[in-house]
Amino acid sequence: MIIVVSLLVLVMLGAAVAALVFRDLLSAVIASCMVSLLASILFFFLQAPDVAMAEASIGAALITAVFVIAIRRTSRYEE
Amino acid sequence: MSFLQSHAYYIGAFGLVIIGLFIVLAKRNLIKVIIGLSILDTGINLFLISIGYIRGGTAPIFSRPGIEPAGMVDPVPQALVLTAIVIGVAVLALALALAIQVYRHYGVLDLRKMREQRW
Amino acid sequence: MRSIVSLILLVVIAVGFGLALLAIPFGAAKTEVGDHYTANGREDTGASNIVTSVVVGYRAFDTLGEITVLFVAALGLGAVVATGSRGNDRREIEPASLVLKTGCRLLFPLILLFGAYVFIHGHVTPGGGFQGGAIIASAFLLVYLGCRGRRIGRISSTVAESLSGLVFVVMGLLGLTVGTGYFLSNFMPHGVLNQVWSAGIIPVIYVAVGFKVGSELAGVIDKLVEETG
Repeated sequence: MIIVVSLLVLVMLGAAVAALVFRDLLSAVIASCMVSLLASILFFFLQAPDVAMAEASIGAALITAVFVIAIRRTSRYEE
Repeated sequence: MSFLQSHAYYIGAFGLVIIGLFIVLAKRNLIKVIIGLSILDTGINLFLISIGYIRGGTAPIFSRPGIEPAGMVDPVPQALVLTAIVIGVAVLALALALAIQVYRHYGVLDLRKMREQRW
Repeated sequence: MRSIVSLILLVVIAVGFGLALLAIPFGAAKTEVGDHYTANGREDTGASNIVTSVVVGYRAFDTLGEITVLFVAALGLGAVVATGSRGNDRREIEPASLVLKTGCRLLFPLILLFGAYVFIHGHVTPGGGFQGGAIIASAFLLVYLGCRGRRIGRISSTVAESLSGLVFVVMGLLGLTVGTGYFLSNFMPHGVLNQVWSAGIIPVIYVAVGFKVGSELAGVIDKLVEETG
């Protein structure tokens, strides 16, 4: 049980570092969507189902869509 | 191992806050800064929920008839984080609309180049 | 100079946050307010989901403030991104393939139904107005991505958003006059536990919140998707 949680935390921190390092903004947005999704699974393990549903539907779906639309209207690559 | 067992969620929340803060402070592209804001927001919400956890507790819903109210986790941080997630998405959507408008006015999204151009 | 100051700031915040995290015991019972809410939530509000009874029953005024913040943010976004004309497609949108269009048209009412289920049963199962509203907004996002060129009506989404916000405030004012004398009091009968028609004004408020959040987020996506390239 604690092995599963530690593995999920490790992958979440790895995705956050990937969002820091990537130069292609679209890949960085997909990495931040993965951070949101793994945080939603961790909310479920912390016995909070309402917060897990809210984070999965709002954080992982709508925010990523708004980011992708904004990147489409500006530039795609960093500098 | 026991340190990991009691602090795994804290390490996750701490790591997300530090990485998000580093993106906000050190990156130059405006949309990268907004991505860092989103990661910082998620880290703070994870920290608040992990404070309200009680060992051996269940979710605060009386779904079956035999659940005791004494064995539940704290419901107040969950209500606060529900509000915080929705306000986070509102702030991020407004920040992205302002970033689109800045790009339309200046032509670049680099913070250093924007500081050099005058009105 | 700027990088040195930001590095010092990051180290200070990391040390402070880390020391605070080590001092908080993980998994111990800390407050007494939560115990009061779980012990008395069923009798006071009649909802079996204690998080719903905290959000809409005990602290309903904070939810009204949160809806106001969402409304002002959507208003600001509409004012900032406003262009001149709305319906002019400046370049040709290539039509989607038949499989994509049929799939989106088939999935759209099913996702709407699921979102409506989530916010109607907010006081019985995990869920509620905000989650259901976000699911409804995702259904409209699917229509934008799949069947391209279709828009939701601007007037109908604005009318739905304003009317549902009005329902929330009117229910609160009714609690002030008709009910037990304070704003947003639970004046309707509590009913039997674990049924849909229970918990007083909580289902009514959550249905209004679901409509409002759904139409608001769909309107935000609609304002951002303008085919200007």
